[in-house]
Amino acid sequence: MPTFDYAPAPESRSIVDIQPSYGLFIGGEMVDPIDGTRFKSVNPATEEVLSEVVAAGPQDVDRAVDAARAAYAGAWSRLSGRDRGKYLYRLARIVQERSRELAVLESIDNGKPIRESRDVDVPLVAAHFFYYAGWADKLGYAGFGPDPRPLGVAAQVIPWNFPLLMLAWKIAPALACGNTVVLKPAETTPLTALAFADICQQADLPPGVVNIITGAGDTGRTLVEHPGVDKVAFTGSTEVGRQIARSVAGTRKKVTLELGGKAANVVFDDAPLDQAIEGIVNGIFFNQGHVCCAGSRLLVQESVADELLAGLKRRLGTLRLGDPLDKNTDIGAINSAEQLDKIRMLSEVGETEGAERWSPPCELPERGFWFPPTVFTGVSQSHRIAREEIFGPVLSVLTFRTPTEAIEKANNTPYGLSAGVWTDKGSRILWMAQQLRAGVVWANTFNRFDPTSPFGGYKESGYGREGGRHGLGAYLDV
Amino acid sequence: MPQPQVSPGRTRRRPAAALASSLKPVTVTIPAGFADVTASNDTLRRFLHGLPGVDQVGAEARAAMLATRSIKTTAKAFALDLAIRMVDLTTLEGQDTPGKVRALCAKGRQPDPTDPSCPPVAAICVYGDLVPTAVEALAGSGIHIAAVATAFPSGRAPLDVKLADTKAAVAAGADEIDMVIDRGAFLAGRYLDVYDEIVATSEVLGGDAHLKVILETGELATYDNVRRASWLAMLAGGDFIKTSTGKVSPAATLPVALVMLEAARDFRNQTGRQVGVKAAGGIRTAKDAVRYLVVINEVAGDDWLSPDGFRFGASSLLNDLLMQRQKLATGHYAGPDYFTLD
Amino acid sequence: MAWGRTSMSDGDGRLEVRKTYKLYIGGSFPRSESGRSYEVRSADGERFLANAALASRKDARDAVVAARKAFPGWSSTTAYNRGQVLYRVAEMLEGRRSQFVHEVGAGEGLKRRDAEAAVDAAVDRWVWYAGWSDKVHQVQGSSNPVAGPYFDFSVPEPTGVVALVAPPASSLLGLVSLLAPVIVTGNTAVVLASETAPLPAITLAEVLATSDVPGGVANLLTGRPAEIAPWLASHMDVNAIDLTGIGDPELATELEMAAAANLKRVVRPPAGTGDQGTDWSGDPGLDRLRAFLETKTVWHPVGI
Repeated sequence: MPTFDYAPAPESRSIVDIQPSYGLFIGGEMVDPIDGTRFKSVNPATEEVLSEVVAAGPQDVDRAVDAARAAYAGAWSRLSGRDRGKYLYRLARIVQERSRELAVLESIDNGKPIRESRDVDVPLVAAHFFYYAGWADKLGYAGFGPDPRPLGVAAQVIPWNFPLLMLAWKIAPALACGNTVVLKPAETTPLTALAFADICQQADLPPGVVNIITGAGDTGRTLVEHPGVDKVAFTGSTEVGRQIARSVAGTRKKVTLELGGKAANVVFDDAPLDQAIEGIVNGIFFNQGHVCCAGSRLLVQESVADELLAGLKRRLGTLRLGDPLDKNTDIGAINSAEQLDKIRMLSEVGETEGAERWSPPCELPERGFWFPPTVFTGVSQSHRIAREEIFGPVLSVLTFRTPTEAIEKANNTPYGLSAGVWTDKGSRILWMAQQLRAGVVWANTFNRFDPTSPFGGYKESGYGREGGRHGLGAYLDV
Repeated sequence: MPQPQVSPGRTRRRPAAALASSLKPVTVTIPAGFADVTASNDTLRRFLHGLPGVDQVGAEARAAMLATRSIKTTAKAFALDLAIRMVDLTTLEGQDTPGKVRALCAKGRQPDPTDPSCPPVAAICVYGDLVPTAVEALAGSGIHIAAVATAFPSGRAPLDVKLADTKAAVAAGADEIDMVIDRGAFLAGRYLDVYDEIVATSEVLGGDAHLKVILETGELATYDNVRRASWLAMLAGGDFIKTSTGKVSPAATLPVALVMLEAARDFRNQTGRQVGVKAAGGIRTAKDAVRYLVVINEVAGDDWLSPDGFRFGASSLLNDLLMQRQKLATGHYAGPDYFTLD
Repeated sequence: MAWGRTSMSDGDGRLEVRKTYKLYIGGSFPRSESGRSYEVRSADGERFLANAALASRKDARDAVVAARKAFPGWSSTTAYNRGQVLYRVAEMLEGRRSQFVHEVGAGEGLKRRDAEAAVDAAVDRWVWYAGWSDKVHQVQGSSNPVAGPYFDFSVPEPTGVVALVAPPASSLLGLVSLLAPVIVTGNTAVVLASETAPLPAITLAEVLATSDVPGGVANLLTGRPAEIAPWLASHMDVNAIDLTGIGDPELATELEMAAAANLKRVVRPPAGTGDQGTDWSGDPGLDRLRAFLETKTVWHPVGI
């Protein structure tokens, strides 16, 4: 037993008010489904049922798209950019005002630690709305021509790993550019999106500008394939991204995709070691590894590998896994039973392939979906655990000898979302950044996000950028 | 050259000719594998400059994240009591008098007169000429007497003056000496001079007193320098590395303490010897103190979670610790009128 | 429409508590160190509105000191933070709408409807500039594809302390149009308000003081710009000067010559009839953001 034992420090649940069931947010109101069915949403840390939500059926999707179209053709397109901006400022402010409630709700629904949802997710959500609010009346200065026009109705499908943040990444730029949206949150994490529907009402957002329809893969497919949408934006797996790309072929729909990754986190022998260890931990264990840009492959220069791994293992011993609502928790629950099975399966594959598996001693709660931080050493490029996205707290460690070899290994993947570089040498940072085939390069840091900073992938990690001036391009007719 | 003899915590010094004072030869030991490091200024510089760098943004971010730990109820009670036991209750003013020191010693022995369960502090820290008063006032208490020495706080005096200062404090009964390094020499790259002075000072202590080496991190300016100075002080035999004199701002900060604890941890991993860390200056609230304990806990570990591993150099901090302690016991917020000002 | 009483009086003859108008320097509201004040009357000259402080050169000197002191902190806050602060200012402006409508109407001789339009435009103008804080770098900065193995980038940075002579006739919208672009980019400002219609400037100062704007970021002086502007134009610790509010071309020329002493960046008054003819309601463009930004270009080799 450690000498300094942190007592439980639970964040109170009383601030959230989860209804026993929810409808769909269409045309500014919560409505009952027409042909949708209902399913349960579960707290992944306890397996308790949180609420019953709708899996929207084809007629529900029709209704939502029609509402978005009516709003687009009507009130929304008559508004000046200045006024669109003012609505977005209202949304941003209300998110700030309700930030604690949203953070607690996110942790309950997703399983991520309250510290993360409170200190990272929700502040970024507000910041995204603030940033894009300011572009709404300045589109002529954004480098897309003097008077760029919106696309129309955007169909947006988002994943479960950063539910409210992914919603902000989609809705804020879409609205700033003058589009209206139909957004489908992930089936395992609908609750903060439904709370956002309430925020839209508090902001007096014109009905139909934002529509939220819950559901699973089928609902998403119906939405994306709907002939009445002008734009498709998807964040999720490469597999589904491929399907979407096929389904929009031959249509006039514009599409942006933000898909999977298997990022290399490259540590050179002159890296600031303690901070590199933090960066590795942050890269793959933050958010339980449910991050498309996670640094899931550690490429460490052979001459410093032993020292780094010793430090890394020592550091992993101080990670705290447990109740997401405890303010001292570092690693929360895996989002679903399905995801947990996948992580377990691939970890077993790793062992079978001959890599050496290690986890710090970790007490897992009895109920809920949990997986301890895990490190595989002795991994080579041909191992499945070096090639396939695990989307869990599992790090594969490989070594390299020279910068060129590091680049070859880092780029030797169909993915290209992100990469990390750790070294004290400035020219090497810039050379690596130049050579890496990745849409985001973090040097001496990892997993940093900002609404001003464009994010997106190369190759099979998708196309299009979210964030920054570049992020406007996805929602303009350019 | 005579064979060095094994004596934990001491490191060989260079031939006496290089030093201004005449000192008796010393029994020292060098940590295994480090013999060549201190052979010359060049080798010492290459060693120190070869240590891994510290990324400022990353180090500060880690400290900030650790500062979000929520320490409540039983954990808080544990932390407050531990923090009190780690306090070096300090007065270092030109206007100090025996009366002032006596009052401080009384406070250190019994910080909360209304609650005998409150532990005493680790040490009283005073200027060397007031050590005799402290010795008398603390007799039988087990509380250490720390004296600042070596021309504290600037360190700008000839070496024999600095050593005489130290000798006098030890002779008067101080069992801990807080020395300052020569920051001018450090920043000018004369690392071996800094090293030699630390060794010379530790020799004056003999075997009984323990030596804290004040790095004055605010003047060293970068975390890289803090790491290098920490290693230098530990190689030279310091028992504790200390952040600041408290006379220069910035003094102790959470990221600086984090870097020093990492250095102490690494030093023990490589040499087997544990060196303590003292954070001094600018730590005023119990909340701050608890944050330092969290950093110790997660960066260096249990072995540093005691007065032999960590100290707070502070004065007003003690009353805030007592106020928080009282709040935990009674359930309502305390007021300063209920705590003694000494 | 009869203006008569202020909007704070009611019909049954209650005596109102009248506001005192002082200077705004370093986050506080001092009177002029000279002890002077001057009468502010309604635009038609009929009514006494208030005694405003008549700033002296020493007040201007103190304002520059305050602005310089505030510059390192303000210029190094994140763009996001500056945007948040400015947006908060807009919220406070909106909250004081009726007070501003009264002051602008009385001071400029506007009908209520026109005063409202001017105030609404001023608030919206402020919001527009708030949104630029974290975007101007993306539009004004660049990475430059130099012909060599170097990473080369250019970033805009605030120039420093900017002196502003506010438009005499547009006492809020014109003032906001000059001040907002200066501070949103991280500069600090010393403003000489309209001489004949200074009251909205001080009410604006009150808004700034209650909106998390650090003291010294904006300093507002009421009085005679013709008297004070030369001291700012020749001041060696002022980095730029905006002469928009100087209607007299000869004076503007003298000030521009004085500004040359330390090569201040100078914004000249609009040609022709001075600011009387300026339409402040149009799209401001980027000129006033660009005017007070320096460009820093950095090179770094790219290699293993």
